[in-house]
Amino acid sequence: MAQPPKHLELTKVDIDFPTPNGPFKALQDINLTINKGEFVSLIGHSGCGKSTVLNIVAGLYQATSGGCLLDGKEVNSPGPERAVVFQNHSLLPWLSAYENVELAVKQVFGRSKSKAEMREWIEHNLALVHMDHAMDKRPDEISGGMKQRVGIARALAMEPTVMLMDEPFGALDALTRAHLQDSLMEIQKDLNNTVIMITHDVDEAVLLSDRIVMMTNGPAATVGEILNIDLPRPRDRIALADDPQYNHYRHEVLTFLYEKQRTPDSSPKKEEGTQKMAQDMHSDSPVKAKREEKAA
Amino acid sequence: MSKILATIGLSHFIENPKANFSQLGKSLLIPLIGLLVFLFIWEIGAKSVHTSLGTFPGPAAVYQQSITLIEEHQAERVKEVKFHERQELRNAKKLEKNPDATVKVRPYTGKPTFFDQILTSLITVLAGFIIASLIAIPAGILIGLNSTLYSAFNPLIQLFKPVSPLAWLPLVTMVVSAVYVSKDPMFAKSFITSLITVSLCSLWPTLLNTAVGVSSISKDLQNVSQVLRLNWLTHIIKIVLPSSIPMMFTGLRLSLGIAWMVLIAAEMLAQNPGLGKFVWDEFQNGSSNSLGRIMVAVLVIGLIGFLLDRCMLFLQRKMSWDKTAILR
Repeated sequence: MAQPPKHLELTKVDIDFPTPNGPFKALQDINLTINKGEFVSLIGHSGCGKSTVLNIVAGLYQATSGGCLLDGKEVNSPGPERAVVFQNHSLLPWLSAYENVELAVKQVFGRSKSKAEMREWIEHNLALVHMDHAMDKRPDEISGGMKQRVGIARALAMEPTVMLMDEPFGALDALTRAHLQDSLMEIQKDLNNTVIMITHDVDEAVLLSDRIVMMTNGPAATVGEILNIDLPRPRDRIALADDPQYNHYRHEVLTFLYEKQRTPDSSPKKEEGTQKMAQDMHSDSPVKAKREEKAA
Repeated sequence: MSKILATIGLSHFIENPKANFSQLGKSLLIPLIGLLVFLFIWEIGAKSVHTSLGTFPGPAAVYQQSITLIEEHQAERVKEVKFHERQELRNAKKLEKNPDATVKVRPYTGKPTFFDQILTSLITVLAGFIIASLIAIPAGILIGLNSTLYSAFNPLIQLFKPVSPLAWLPLVTMVVSAVYVSKDPMFAKSFITSLITVSLCSLWPTLLNTAVGVSSISKDLQNVSQVLRLNWLTHIIKIVLPSSIPMMFTGLRLSLGIAWMVLIAAEMLAQNPGLGKFVWDEFQNGSSNSLGRIMVAVLVIGLIGFLLDRCMLFLQRKMSWDKTAILR
């Protein structure tokens, strides 16, 4: 009766963050199965734990109970086979675009590829995101959209089994975002990577995804509904804008977000307070504390 | 010329001299007026201060003394050359009479001039600063990487950071006298004492700033490092060091400033050769010229401190990856 192992499987994932007022349950009973080559979006109100889910898959956080399996293996530490595209590009500002990708490539293919092969591979990936013309520019010399392109190239160059994208286009203007979304669809068509993307943007989610996972509000957030997007690919944003099916999907997501789930602002004040504290606890508070000490 | 302008912070005049000419006039004119006003107040004020060593020296007297100090230096060098000539001649004669005679070559033991003292001070401060940095940077990285170590050492750092060099000095002197015993010492004891005092006092800003710089590396970059599974050394070289360079340099510049101030005090109090001793000797000497000569030393100490900081700034500009940051 053994079933074939699923590609990526989250089973009964709970996560608690310690706070001074006892553990704070950020996620409760997350169950999610993702197929190979599938493009899945996570959508939900801010603070609902979308990033936490992504970080568990990335191995940056450990689930308190339950777990994550990738091709039958347990995920318990970060690794390049689950490359992450971070929200604010996270390029090393002292390295050029080429060198940023090179750092990743050396780390993953340092033993298996020759120098010339690595060079070719780096250039190939930069060309894929249309950044081959600015390889030698440092991050502060290129625009926000270009930085994010390099960030995607870096992730792609690791040849990841799953590509994790944490609001990759959130910080970009609408035109640049549309441009990058189109690029991403093209790349995904060619490479057929599995992608998990976090987004706030309903249009982005419907346009790009095969499935949209809608999350309930925290604390103890979980998967609310899952929406299958059966739109033929390649998708064209202009044609879809007038497509009744597309608009139906948008309507579904919007209904979930604004009717079924209250916004965090309308939830009781006390809850919000603990939630915020917990976020501070697990973000960068030790650093901040040290900075304050220094300032004092 | 352009390099000199750049080092003293006037680089923006180089790019477009013609268009910036009026700006240059303004930027040079205003400090110049400030300087003239200062000299005027100094001259007037100095005349009304009477000490047991005569009136307080004004700008003219100080200028006079700086000329005298240069002349003294030149005279001393001439003397030294003559001394060596005499010695060689004497030894040559001795060997002529008796080829087997043992000749003695003695070093010149004349009094060190003002400029010799400057050189001694510079060598001491740089040696002390380098030692302090070699200790403080690696230690700062370790403490910054590990929050347990940070909590363990932070109270100690805070405790030792504000200690004045004058408090360390007697302890350092005694310990050096007891421990540094050698028949043929490579360095003078006084040099070692100054060196250790300077290092002890100047390592704290670099240590603390490096630690804070290292511990405040953005969470995103740490995540990148984790996702790439960088090993410890690569993580240090590729992520930690570059991102903490700005803070490190802030610390280094503070340290060098402190090192220079501490050195003068240490030399004065412990009679170690250097500018501080020059000031002390002049004070003890008590001639009518002494105050003027001390004032020359004061100005030179200030000028050297300023130039040392500019050198660090130059280094910082060379090494900093963030060329958009305004460094001053």
